[in-house]
Amino acid sequence: MNHHRRRFVAGFLAVPVTLYTVYVLSPCAQALVIALTDWRGVNAVPRFVGVDNFRRLLGDEVFLRAAGHNLLLLALVPPLTIGLALLFAWLLTGDGTARRTVRGAGLYRVVFFFPQVLAVVLVAVLFRQILRPDGNGMLNAPLTALGFAPVGPLADTDLALWAVLFVLVWQAVGFYVVLFSAGIASIPRELFEAAAIDGAGGGRLFLRITLPLLRDTVQAGWVYLGVAALDVFAVVWVMTAEHGGPDHSTTVMAAEVYRNAFHYSRFGYACAMGVVLFVITTGFAVLVLRLTRRERIEFR
Amino acid sequence: MTLTVRHERVIVNSPFPFSRRPGVSRRELLRGAALAGLGPLTLSACAFPVGAPPPPEGGGVPRIAEDGPLEIWIFDGGLGDDYARTIHEPLVAARFPRLRISHNATKEIARTLQPRFVGGDPPEVVDNSGAGAMDLGALVQDGQLTDLTPLYAAPSWDDPAVTVRETVDPTAIELGGYGGRPYVMNYTTTVWGIWYSRPLFEARGWRPPRTWARFLDLCEEVRRSGMAPFTYAGTHPQYIYEPILTLAAKIGGRRVLTDIDNLAEGAWQAEPVRLAATAFAELGARHLLLEGTAGLDHVQTQIAQNRGLVAMLPCGSWLENEQRGSAPDGFGYAMFPLPDFGPSDAMPYGTLHAQPGEEYIVPARSANPGAGLEYLRAMLSRKASGRFTETVSTLTVVRGAAEGLRLTPGLESARAALAAAGGNVVSSMFRRWYSELHDEVAAASGQLMGGAIDADRWAERAQRKADALRADPSVRKFTRR
Repeated sequence: MNHHRRRFVAGFLAVPVTLYTVYVLSPCAQALVIALTDWRGVNAVPRFVGVDNFRRLLGDEVFLRAAGHNLLLLALVPPLTIGLALLFAWLLTGDGTARRTVRGAGLYRVVFFFPQVLAVVLVAVLFRQILRPDGNGMLNAPLTALGFAPVGPLADTDLALWAVLFVLVWQAVGFYVVLFSAGIASIPRELFEAAAIDGAGGGRLFLRITLPLLRDTVQAGWVYLGVAALDVFAVVWVMTAEHGGPDHSTTVMAAEVYRNAFHYSRFGYACAMGVVLFVITTGFAVLVLRLTRRERIEFR
Repeated sequence: MTLTVRHERVIVNSPFPFSRRPGVSRRELLRGAALAGLGPLTLSACAFPVGAPPPPEGGGVPRIAEDGPLEIWIFDGGLGDDYARTIHEPLVAARFPRLRISHNATKEIARTLQPRFVGGDPPEVVDNSGAGAMDLGALVQDGQLTDLTPLYAAPSWDDPAVTVRETVDPTAIELGGYGGRPYVMNYTTTVWGIWYSRPLFEARGWRPPRTWARFLDLCEEVRRSGMAPFTYAGTHPQYIYEPILTLAAKIGGRRVLTDIDNLAEGAWQAEPVRLAATAFAELGARHLLLEGTAGLDHVQTQIAQNRGLVAMLPCGSWLENEQRGSAPDGFGYAMFPLPDFGPSDAMPYGTLHAQPGEEYIVPARSANPGAGLEYLRAMLSRKASGRFTETVSTLTVVRGAAEGLRLTPGLESARAALAAAGGNVVSSMFRRWYSELHDEVAAASGQLMGGAIDADRWAERAQRKADALRADPSVRKFTRR
């Protein structure tokens, strides 16, 4: 019986595990090997160069800037997105007590979710138009109509990264609103009622009941958003000038991987970048999960 | 897993899993082909013994087999592939009726044809263009391409008294050369200049300026009329480094550009380059650019020009075709060459940047390379190139072939400018050879125009990148004269 069951399970797992091995694990392993060569993408026999590529990375100004941008986004995207999403979820879902939620909450929830439905590339193209620096963009049309000078956040090396940050948060927030709303809805009402009877106000209910009980959801969100902040490839590549510009002011590690591999045919070097990105990403995920680990609370 | 170090760098750049060891067995060849199909996976499959067939016996001119095959592969990009079917193929078929011509088109040249090269069964003619083009330097190294010297030495299709070489723009032949031998036939010519609407200029009484001072005056005058004088595709700053470099060549001579292409020391910091960069940076500093230029792309700026918001922009001769549908009827595109910078300019007024492109090759190991050469010879005939120009609005490298044709106004203007330039035509290769340098110069040029850096800093950044590339042994170097 048990034996049969195992075979049954193995039968189901064989295909996905094989696919995963061939298309995820083996490329990762190969990237590690290629990172130690000077492969240019076409020759069959790359030269082994040891850790040269990694040494070169340390002196690569553009890559270091890209890594810096990733770290900045990593520090800002998760808290901003989660903070906003919690706020909206709280406003939309209420706290389960008599306090009324915002009117039209259902509509808002759908509207907030819209950006999530759009392909990332589409969002990037949209914002390139919205933020265009002449009077034709959605941002500048009203500004110029009111007699102000148009602004061009994507053309300004000091502002472009903030525009990227804004777009990332804008796109992510809706999903987490829905996620947190569901989380809040699953908290037993009695908890809120009991606390309310004890005299807790709205803010207190949120801090003492809602937030602690959403902890697992928030934590998962934090990891996802952090990993997303370490990627950001599509938005940067499509939305910004010069694919990560102007003048490298918005470039991220993933964009440099792509540029070095497919524009400069430096596949070995790009793989070294990929390895660094991989280490940072997994390191981040492990760190967050470790730091926030604690016993689970079960309602029943 | 072993990675061998035994190969020289030259071999390492070959796109095929062959070294140059002569005398390959059929089995090795097939295995190489099979492994090449597996792509990167072969990396982990350990080093394998491979060799390449020796290049075809040298010296002999490929003879056409008149009842043999002629397989043609056209890159299906901006020009489409109909021109080959309707213009070139019938011409060859008429003279060699027994040839078995097959027409093919793809958007992915390398992906489609690389396995054919590896397998030793390439087609007779390939239009190697587009983002997925093959690395021609590597093909040359591998002995995969037919030397086109016999083609250029042959009598031209139209007139047996004139050789093909005499009918073609010499720059095109030069730039199709590797190690001094022509392996690649460039077919089209792109001309760069400053584009404007001729009817608009005539209505306002503006004239294309002949000197830089006049150009600045014109800009001021345009601005007073309430129109922005100048713009370029801000998010693709290569659109502005092109006129900077052309102006630099005009000031300092061809050498300025060949030095840059050859990664010569101090090439970017030469006085003519600095002067040209300063001149264009001044357009930004004097607020002569369309508002928001830095954040607009080529489509947005070109539409702004079509809508009468800006008077002039630098672009290549594809502009008119690209704006078909966007430009209002009677927009009347025209271009003028860069104005004289000063009396001591090394090159005269009318000097143009013209770049040969659309690379045709005849694979050496194809079944009937002679037919491939005949096909190219037909392409270079007056009739074929003229009809090509009419059909796809693109000039060819055949000298004077577009004369007397009924062309659209923009193309006619480019043709006239090219004819007027005569031998004073410059070209630039570093963009194709060293894309890292291209990216850095583009990024720095955007900052230069926005006033964030000055010309010295701009030149310094470009030079530093060029120096880094020169010192980097993993980058293959190219040279030109």
